[in-house]
Amino acid sequence: MVLFAFAAVWLVAASVFGLITSLKFHAPNLLAACPWFTYGRVQPAQLNALVYGFAAQAALGAALWMIARLGRTPLLQPGYIVLGAILWNLGVKIGVFGILIGDTTGYEWLEMPRYASPILFLAYSMIGIPALLTFHHRREPTLYVSQWFLLAALFWFPWIYSTAHLLLVFFPVRGVLQAVVDWWFIGNLTTIWFGFIGLAAIFYFLPRLTERPLHSNYLALVAFWTLALFGGWGGIQHGAPLPAWMPSLSTVFTVLTVVPLIAIAINFKKTFAGASANLKENLPLRFVAFGAVAYLLAGALNIADSLPQVNQVTRFTFFTSARTQLFLYGFFGMTMLGAIYYIVPQLIQKDWPSGALFRLHFRGAVFGIIVCVVSLLLGGVVQGMSLNNANVPFADVTKSSLHFLRMSTLGDLGIAIGNFALALNFGWLLVRCCRECCVPIVAAAAKLETAEVAR
Amino acid sequence: MNQGPLIFLGVFFALALSWFGLVFEPQLQLGNAQQATNVVNPTQLYPQMRPGQARQGLDVYRSLGCAACHSQQVGQTGRTYDVTLTDAGTNRAEVIAALLKVKPGSNTAEVEKLAAGPMPQTILKNVPRAVADAAVAKLEPTGAKAEVKIIPTGPDITRGWGKRRSVAEDFLFDQPVMLGSQRAGPDLADVGSRLPDANWHLLHLYNPQILLKKSVMPPYRFLFEKRKVGREPAPEALKFSGEFAPERGYEIVPTDNARQLVAYLLSLRADAVIFETPITVARPPAASTNAPAAAATNAPAK
Repeated sequence: MVLFAFAAVWLVAASVFGLITSLKFHAPNLLAACPWFTYGRVQPAQLNALVYGFAAQAALGAALWMIARLGRTPLLQPGYIVLGAILWNLGVKIGVFGILIGDTTGYEWLEMPRYASPILFLAYSMIGIPALLTFHHRREPTLYVSQWFLLAALFWFPWIYSTAHLLLVFFPVRGVLQAVVDWWFIGNLTTIWFGFIGLAAIFYFLPRLTERPLHSNYLALVAFWTLALFGGWGGIQHGAPLPAWMPSLSTVFTVLTVVPLIAIAINFKKTFAGASANLKENLPLRFVAFGAVAYLLAGALNIADSLPQVNQVTRFTFFTSARTQLFLYGFFGMTMLGAIYYIVPQLIQKDWPSGALFRLHFRGAVFGIIVCVVSLLLGGVVQGMSLNNANVPFADVTKSSLHFLRMSTLGDLGIAIGNFALALNFGWLLVRCCRECCVPIVAAAAKLETAEVAR
Repeated sequence: MNQGPLIFLGVFFALALSWFGLVFEPQLQLGNAQQATNVVNPTQLYPQMRPGQARQGLDVYRSLGCAACHSQQVGQTGRTYDVTLTDAGTNRAEVIAALLKVKPGSNTAEVEKLAAGPMPQTILKNVPRAVADAAVAKLEPTGAKAEVKIIPTGPDITRGWGKRRSVAEDFLFDQPVMLGSQRAGPDLADVGSRLPDANWHLLHLYNPQILLKKSVMPPYRFLFEKRKVGREPAPEALKFSGEFAPERGYEIVPTDNARQLVAYLLSLRADAVIFETPITVARPPAASTNAPAAAATNAPAK
């Protein structure tokens, strides 16, 4: 609960940063006098606020909920979890602030300076260990596939996060190896960590919201094992100054992820078949269903982009941003928002105060994500084609993608409006709840969380 | 269902496999890379550590997030071959006859000029490897010496962003290595040899649109100080022409950060000829063909 509230705030912060970055391309002079808001700092600040502020917290919140629910047991040590959540937020705040004042590490997706990352790691263990304890004390012995995904993800994050930080920031490896470690981290954080938690949520919420059983448990397990084997290898760029076997290996494994992708697609489709009537009145389901479709699209794009022929065009363009956007917002964000919209009213046993804001969020997000992703994809291809055509002067290359960037700013605006709607709705809900309970937000939320889950 | 430990181990190995493949194994291969005489010119060590000011500049580059828009890796999509005559030998008549055969559509006068001119002379340009080798095979029996040069090709190289592709050695001493993933701005891997003028870089950082009208790069005015001109203008003050100059009595002086950043940019040169990216086709036993072009011309004819 606390995690969700913080996540909502960070989501808004990330969209504001996103808007600033996007506007910078049209008016390079905007905020130019202030070093804190130069593009090279705002862009990573936005990414980190989105990844660690929103996505990671929503992921942990949803994971805790699912572990408790699927194990039919109350969360153990909720005090540590709340403390961990507060600590995590402190870490993210310090980290984003550090990026803005110029203490970035310079590694993509790991920009948070060295004084922020240990805080995050500690906070993660304060949340992750109670989650594992809860899992261990479950009363329901049969494992559902979501639990497999969750458990693997919970273990994998500390490994990749500590490996990347130790090898990049504290005991840096030599030369281009830094880039390899960084790409390995990004690939694992997205495909394995966010991918697994998001899939766990879809496999949990899709059957629950459509009120139909999961089509095939075996297919889901096939997806789990193949994804665990093949998913962590992606992301090594072709043409990078590396021995050629590294990108080749990366491509081979990424192409192999077509197996889990097909298994997941069949499973989603068969589970969902015929539930479209449900879709109209069930808003959380709409979010989750959108997330599921976005996952399949993002997976397909990931495979396409790993092929050297495609990568040759797209590698230095906005195509990459579009893929990140589709995966983080389209798949992961939307799935988590569906989960938030479903879980929060159950936790505090109150409905969302405003259905209109709820619908506004869905529309804003769908519009924003589609516009943003499509325009950045197209813009990326155009940019890549003209980059590869040496007869086009460089200044015109950037100009060629500018129209698409304008479109994507519009998309960012849509997403931001949606996210404000969520924050407003959430704040309203909390204020109403607190007025009735007359206790500070955190205490109330913590108590309600234990009480509800225990029930 | 007591398969917990088994599942755990299985998942662990499945996931750890990518760690072995992409973290551990590369570390074994490249982790102990050293500065070496891996350069074609054997008197030179490569890579060299950047000078101190440039290393401070790397921190400015990192801190400002320049890598968000600028990549530092030159790509290469293919290669073509040039054939150059390095020594015409003494048997002029035969050389000319061979040259006529090798160079399609040439007449005797042209070829004579080639053979007589200062060495080296380019005979064939942009030909496939087989054609180049055949040409050399025809020329050598006449006593002339010819060399096959490798010309890297690709859009990055045509744009002048580098003379060859970037290789792992180029980044050995940098921390962090910022290869970049977006080219909203041009590649900077070789910017030091492409734009060697420090004053150009300072002006460009102060206001990119002064030098490149269509640039979308933001100005970095906070790296400069605007101050009243003292008794004499400061020697390091920016020299403006025209409308962009500050009002009378003021001058724009770069801060330490600006100067460090420019020193770093100027130190970005990826033009050393190393074995991964040779410029001539090595042919044993002739050591001279293994050397860069400049050395080859000075080598005595054997």
